[in-house]
Amino acid sequence: MDPIFMWDTLQRLLPGIPLMLQLVSLSLAVGFVLAVLVALARLSAFRPLSAAAAGYVFFFRGTPLLVQIFLIYYGLGQFPEIRDSFLWPFLRQPYWCAILAFTLNTGAYGSEIMRGGIQSVPWGQIEAARVCGMSGLLLMRRIILPIAVRQALPAYGNEMILMVKATSLASIITLMEVTGIAQKIIAETYRAVEVFVVAGSIYLLINFVLTRGVRALEWYLSPHLRDARQAAPATEAAALAH
Amino acid sequence: MFYRLLAAGCVAAVALAGAAEAKDWSKIKIATEGAYAPWNFTNAAGKLEGFEVDLANDLCKRMKATCEIVAQDWDGIIPALQAGKYDAIIAGMSITAKRKEVINFSLPYASTPAALAVLKTSPLAKIPVDKNYDLDKNKADAEKQIATLKAALKGKAIGAQVSTTHLNFLETYFKDAADVRSYKTTEQHDLDITAGRIEGAYASIGYWKPLLGKPEGKDLVVVGPTFTGGVFGAGVGAGLRKADDDLRKLFDDAIAAAAADGTIKKLAVQWFGFDITPPM
Repeated sequence: MDPIFMWDTLQRLLPGIPLMLQLVSLSLAVGFVLAVLVALARLSAFRPLSAAAAGYVFFFRGTPLLVQIFLIYYGLGQFPEIRDSFLWPFLRQPYWCAILAFTLNTGAYGSEIMRGGIQSVPWGQIEAARVCGMSGLLLMRRIILPIAVRQALPAYGNEMILMVKATSLASIITLMEVTGIAQKIIAETYRAVEVFVVAGSIYLLINFVLTRGVRALEWYLSPHLRDARQAAPATEAAALAH
Repeated sequence: MFYRLLAAGCVAAVALAGAAEAKDWSKIKIATEGAYAPWNFTNAAGKLEGFEVDLANDLCKRMKATCEIVAQDWDGIIPALQAGKYDAIIAGMSITAKRKEVINFSLPYASTPAALAVLKTSPLAKIPVDKNYDLDKNKADAEKQIATLKAALKGKAIGAQVSTTHLNFLETYFKDAADVRSYKTTEQHDLDITAGRIEGAYASIGYWKPLLGKPEGKDLVVVGPTFTGGVFGAGVGAGLRKADDDLRKLFDDAIAAAAADGTIKKLAVQWFGFDITPPM
């Protein structure tokens, strides 16, 4: 362990972080929308739709992400039909192939998490909403989804952390994120332990911030579950101020 | 008296340790990549095959050792040697100054220049094939050639396998002009040339020539001058731990003998179609 070398390594790894954050945020953002849509399709009474959603989830949860990245990047590029199609300007670039693979993967996992969340919404609350005259999209937007998202958040936080770590696979399709750069430094210096310790710490730090963020969001979304005593001092202070 | 005893004990311990370290090399474990045909590759039956597998077996016979050849991913091949997972690397590894800082090398058993391959339909395919330029012996001429190539590759994506002399070459000379991409295996950059994601890739001519004769390489063509020396190092040798100098001597003698009696040439012609024996 050589602190000066580790400091140099850290500075060489930092330029990989923006790419990693882009991959994570873009695929999680699109993946979340996809997850909600797939979860709704999965719960739909229309059989072909729920079967298609189930098939998609089965495929993307049942195969390794590494294989999915390979298939999308090297696999699709093999077909001249795809190389001549309108999709090629996107699929030609490793960046969009990675985004596509990550999005489809997290969409599949996320949809099952969301399905659990939606199914956990108590029937009584839906009934109450209907009594108030809500139905369809309004019911979904005002009652079901907010409760479902709150219920799903802890599990979805797990999925977000997994995605941060999954970006380390992007280097196999020539994208130089943190792990890719780390492997290159090891290739030059053959000092695997120090380089991976530094690279690992970067992931640890990013995930630390992420878990705090998810926890803050959880706290914000569940005011009814907060300890009443926590809120008390603030009220007292407010009372004194008056 | 006590200290004298202690000192004597220490001397004895050191002597014992020394004796234990002088290893018996009747059994040698050798690592190869298994994904760099025809140097070394895994055949359809899952067995390791290739020029280096045959050569390793020949060298082992000369060293009167029983050898076990194992496959190891390229990017971890030196760290695993240092960690003692095996005793030697025979995997198309060029002898470079950078690698010599961490491991030892035997005499070179092969010497193949680096070459650029592109798609036959690419505009780069028009670059005329040229002779070899040595970055040590004829630096000025070699660098003039590189400058010409640099102009041709400007703004184009170009690849090489990670942690190779070829990638090092691209990063040293082309980084500011071209989009240099690194691949885990050479097969992967071939797929990307065929898909049109990159214009071309650098690898050893000993890799390209046999590939061009196969269906996978039918769309590729080798263009421009080839290069040796400089960042490419002094030929291909067996990688060994620095501590095992006795093993290096065994390898040196075996390689010199295999070069002298034409075994290397015979194997090279069989696998590459041309001789790659380095000048001894």
